[in-house]
Amino acid sequence: MTYLLQQVLNALQLGSIYALIALGYTMVYGILTMINFAHGDLFMVGAFFCFLAATFLHLPFVPTLLIAMIGVALLGVLIERFAYKPLRQAPRVSAIITALGVGIFLENFTLVFAPYPQHVPTLIKNTTWVVGGVSISSLQLIIIALSLVLMAFLDFIVRKTMVGMAMRAISWDKAIVPLMGIPLNLVISATFALGTSLGGAAGVMYALAFPVIDPYMGILIGWKAFIAAVVGGIGNIRGAMIGGFILGGVEILVAAFLPSTYRDFVAFTLLLVLLIFRPYGILGKPRPQKV
Amino acid sequence: MLLQAKEVTHFFGGLCAVDNFNLDLEQHELIGIIGPNGAGKTTIFNLITGVYKATRGSIRIGGIELVGKTPNQITALGIARTFQNIRLFRDLTVLDNVRIANYSQVKYNPIEAMFHSGRYDEEEKRIANHAMDLLAVFKLQDYADEASKNLPYGLQRRLEIARALATHPKILLLDEPAAGMNPNEISQLMEFIGWIRKEFDLTVILIEHQMRLVMGICERITVLDFGATLAEGLPKEIQNNPKVMEAYLGEGGDL
Repeated sequence: MTYLLQQVLNALQLGSIYALIALGYTMVYGILTMINFAHGDLFMVGAFFCFLAATFLHLPFVPTLLIAMIGVALLGVLIERFAYKPLRQAPRVSAIITALGVGIFLENFTLVFAPYPQHVPTLIKNTTWVVGGVSISSLQLIIIALSLVLMAFLDFIVRKTMVGMAMRAISWDKAIVPLMGIPLNLVISATFALGTSLGGAAGVMYALAFPVIDPYMGILIGWKAFIAAVVGGIGNIRGAMIGGFILGGVEILVAAFLPSTYRDFVAFTLLLVLLIFRPYGILGKPRPQKV
Repeated sequence: MLLQAKEVTHFFGGLCAVDNFNLDLEQHELIGIIGPNGAGKTTIFNLITGVYKATRGSIRIGGIELVGKTPNQITALGIARTFQNIRLFRDLTVLDNVRIANYSQVKYNPIEAMFHSGRYDEEEKRIANHAMDLLAVFKLQDYADEASKNLPYGLQRRLEIARALATHPKILLLDEPAAGMNPNEISQLMEFIGWIRKEFDLTVILIEHQMRLVMGICERITVLDFGATLAEGLPKEIQNNPKVMEAYLGEGGDL
């Protein structure tokens, strides 16, 4: 039982990181119906911002987190502006290929500066408490709590503010949003900034939890977070959060009770089965195409 | 003069959708644009609202050039429209459909919103009140929390007009407001358009196929055919114009 509780805690930690990344995929899909396949690499850039700020500027945790979030947000906005915006009227597949290209660019750009895996210094003093046989680390608690705060923040922005309402409106009918007096490009930039900054935050947390980072770390995690977004119902914000926690849970539990090499195999089989029964994801709704 | 279009021409590739269109619109006028399907009527609305950029020509509101401006800038200058096939934000509530049209007037940032600063609460309250008042004027207040897609068709049309008015327009462009209405509803619509025009101090351009509506309320009419202006004038003159009859009914027809 304590073993199970321990694994639940681990699952929450991993799941919250997946959920943060999945939000970036789902938000961009929601407004532009494109998959930003560079998002996993933006997560990686977030981890490297964390490494740079902590190693060379010797900054503590909070400023490091802010630098990573703001830096990745700016990068996300620039990428949208220069790589995706010119393709807004192009077939979606062109935009997706571009996103893959941007991802490869980010990986290799980082590789130039960091050809070897880098070690991220400890930013949070790791205290471990043992409660009823379950060991809880301060880092774990901070990752889980911070992720929940960021998700609550995003949920609030999207549901309760005008900018959020504009984002939801764009996801339904992009063409008429400007006719409501709304600057479309600004709202799209804001969406990219929000979504990618969460990816940057996830990069920082991941780098603190697993402190050896390399330019290719974003690929597999990016794929997994994307799948989490699809499982939750792509385009649906709360769905992405749920999908992230489900994926984290399945992975940890598989590794806990089966040989750990089975982890991805079993996890993804389960998710594929889930998609057979709920092809639009857990919270996704079919959108009838106008003919 | 409130709105002036001069020699507006628009091409889709090699196809001339609007050819040398001219329009002088005085304040408080209500004019109609009619013409067979594909004559370029909706294209003119798209050109005025900045959805398309005119290939040639100039459109001015109060002396300000609109060609080259983005739709949201043009909306801010006081032009609002409705659509032939209703285009509401289907999953947003009736109230939110109207609230969103106040976007450009919001004066708080997301951080203030997060901490519920005084400005956020004040602004949201003001916008919600304004939206509710507008819904009440349109007798939609009882549906405020309903998803707009659940409204009956006639009410969706009304909500679309309410949403357009929420942007505080000087000029309202109505694209086939009577589409899908029976004669009784059309009579009501005619009264309704006359009433909102007075109530909201509007200048109106109307695209319509329903001759009864156009002849009944428009003060002047422009007839388009294949992108070109076929005739202009008072409803009476248009009714008796042989060229118009020919375009609509073929030679020897009677309107």
